[in-house]
Amino acid sequence: MSRTSGGTFVGMPAFPMPAFPEAAREAVGDATLRANLRHATHTIRDKRARAVAELDDWERLREAGKQIKDHTLRHLGRYLEQLEEAVTAAGGTVHWAADADEANRIVTGLVEATGEREVVKVKSMATQEIGLNEALEAAGIRAYETDLAELIVQLGDDRPSHILVPAIHRNRAEIRDIFRSEMARWGRPAPEGLTDTPAELAEAARLHLREKFLRAKVGISGANFMVAETGTLVVVESEGNGRMCLTLPETLISVVGIEKTVPAWRDLEVFLQTLPRSSTAERMNPYTSTWTGTTDGDGPRAFHLVLLDNGRTDTLADEVGRQALRCIRCSACLNVCPVYERAGGHAYGSVYPGPIGAILNPQLRGTATALDASLPYASSLCGACYEVCPVAIDIPEVLVHLRERVVQGGEFTRHGAKVTLRPAGGHAAERAAMRAAGLVFARPGLLRAGQRLAARTRRAHPRKLPGPGRAWSATRDLPTVPEESFRDWWRRTRERTGRTDDREAGA
Amino acid sequence: MRIALFLTCVNDTLYPGTGRAVVKLLTRLGVDVDFPAAQTCCGQAHYNTGYRHQAEPLARHFSDVFGAYEAVVTPSGSCGAMVRELYPRMGERARAEGRGDTLARTLAPVVPKTYELTEFLVDVLGVTDVGAYFPHSVTYHPTCHGLRSLGLGDRPKRLLSAVRGLTLAELPGAQECCGFGGTFAVKNADVSAAMGADKVRGAESTGAEVLCAADNSCLMHLGGTMTRLRTRMRPVHIAEILAATQEEPWS
Repeated sequence: MSRTSGGTFVGMPAFPMPAFPEAAREAVGDATLRANLRHATHTIRDKRARAVAELDDWERLREAGKQIKDHTLRHLGRYLEQLEEAVTAAGGTVHWAADADEANRIVTGLVEATGEREVVKVKSMATQEIGLNEALEAAGIRAYETDLAELIVQLGDDRPSHILVPAIHRNRAEIRDIFRSEMARWGRPAPEGLTDTPAELAEAARLHLREKFLRAKVGISGANFMVAETGTLVVVESEGNGRMCLTLPETLISVVGIEKTVPAWRDLEVFLQTLPRSSTAERMNPYTSTWTGTTDGDGPRAFHLVLLDNGRTDTLADEVGRQALRCIRCSACLNVCPVYERAGGHAYGSVYPGPIGAILNPQLRGTATALDASLPYASSLCGACYEVCPVAIDIPEVLVHLRERVVQGGEFTRHGAKVTLRPAGGHAAERAAMRAAGLVFARPGLLRAGQRLAARTRRAHPRKLPGPGRAWSATRDLPTVPEESFRDWWRRTRERTGRTDDREAGA
Repeated sequence: MRIALFLTCVNDTLYPGTGRAVVKLLTRLGVDVDFPAAQTCCGQAHYNTGYRHQAEPLARHFSDVFGAYEAVVTPSGSCGAMVRELYPRMGERARAEGRGDTLARTLAPVVPKTYELTEFLVDVLGVTDVGAYFPHSVTYHPTCHGLRSLGLGDRPKRLLSAVRGLTLAELPGAQECCGFGGTFAVKNADVSAAMGADKVRGAESTGAEVLCAADNSCLMHLGGTMTRLRTRMRPVHIAEILAATQEEPWS
């Protein structure tokens, strides 16, 4: 796996990421990685299925979650203003960030104003999306990731490869090696003689992180939900490290995508059931932290909420694509995806990998790069993702919709303005083939002529194809063309029995 | 009852044996089968690759060809799903694009009367024992569109279980995609091939002689993989198993 990437994705990577098929090739050939991913995703997918099967109202919860999200997104402006009022009334300060740069400037400025040079972070995908750690580093501020898997990723100068389990591509022995060689550079070194037993690894992380929690004056978080009616933010986690980040520092800065809003406290009833069961396969996650502004003598004295757009209102403008904004980041779609299982998370070039990443990234970032234009094709459209999604995002529908945007172009919204997108390059041969197929299929006589030509030349057909066809024949034999197509057999046998019903038009 | 066989362009061109099996099977069950020769392609490959507008004339053509029949039967889960699930969506999209109701209205009649073969047998004809004889061990792969779009459920396995002489072996990881996915097979050839190889190894592990599915597109990918991996299994469409009898065995 890449160790030279510096751990950033950002909207504009420092170097161009290859298109998905090329990026996936390495992972497909890596037997250890394939085995790690297969074991991890299959274990959690089976557990999830059992946790979901326990509830007899699962389908209704799923529908409720979908409807709450759709309602909120339809009235997002109103709910965001309500949220801002409630957070402000509770002693917090709300900042609005249109894009990654603006969000990074706001957060860097807020940290600099405290005079601190280091911050602790609870795992936050929004801050990874905008490349906040790198922006802070450029300003001389060190950000410490405190989620165990994020710590592994940060110490290994690596990139996350899963929404819920960012270090899913690492096994225990690799983690022990990373702890041994890297912890000392970041703070408290790993204990002498550290082995790769889970308990010892967890203890090493605990000792290393405890030092940072007790020292840090600034914490940075994301949030799973923001309740508009009360101004309450919610973080759902397993380790308790998040709660340390949220409660111990004097200043708390939360960077949250605007789509994380829910109207009312009671809406959490639905998501606090569907999220843990879908993500960790638990009935309830170990730690659910909620906070509303600031409270004297309890927790952070200053609270800042940075509301992040970064392509979300553009996505909202697309009536098919907008359902991607329902996502509650559970990662169930990753765990059932046969493509993710074999390609790994890094091939998606984003903090959002897997099926949801394949529809979210090309919308948040646009389809200008080779990678983003290839992501809508990173699926066999098998539909397993849609089946498990707790907010019923029809991922195959959006994938096909985005394929259409890539090959046909058309009108869509970018940076709040309507733009007309030109069809992407590199699809000329495919476009011509589709047009030719369309012509043949419009005339049954042409189809029959083609079939007869193929049958006549069948003995001359090569076993391996040249050009783009090699992609098929490198691993698969081609089917043999039969001597006679079905339609010729039908005509021959029915004519003989006197039963002709050839309604063939345009022959 | 008189039905139209929508064989699909892939079967017509490459797998005529499947078409002959459907005719034989349905005729044996007392169904009058017609093959309207004007049929071509449902437009699935165009639609799923992002060429929805080019799929529209094919969908209209489909509706012209099959609109007058009582029922349309197809031995393909994915082409059946194209008509049933995606034709209505194409109509909605055209409406959303300000092109009115014409497409939706044109396509609407064929949607509810298009059936995948096993669905037609179990739901419309009400049979699970079709009088077939197939003295081989078989493992069944439920293809994704049949499974998740059409919701075929256990219909294919109920049909197979009633076949005399047939031993049905459970396929491990049956509900996982085989990796075909239309143009996915060439656009993401490495991942597709890895999925195909895993599916073939899973099928081999059952010890069955035959890998059966209700969609030849998936079987084309799996069969091509099997010969390359030198397995001794054979890919066989469910129609050919159900058509086989003691008097006229499968060959």
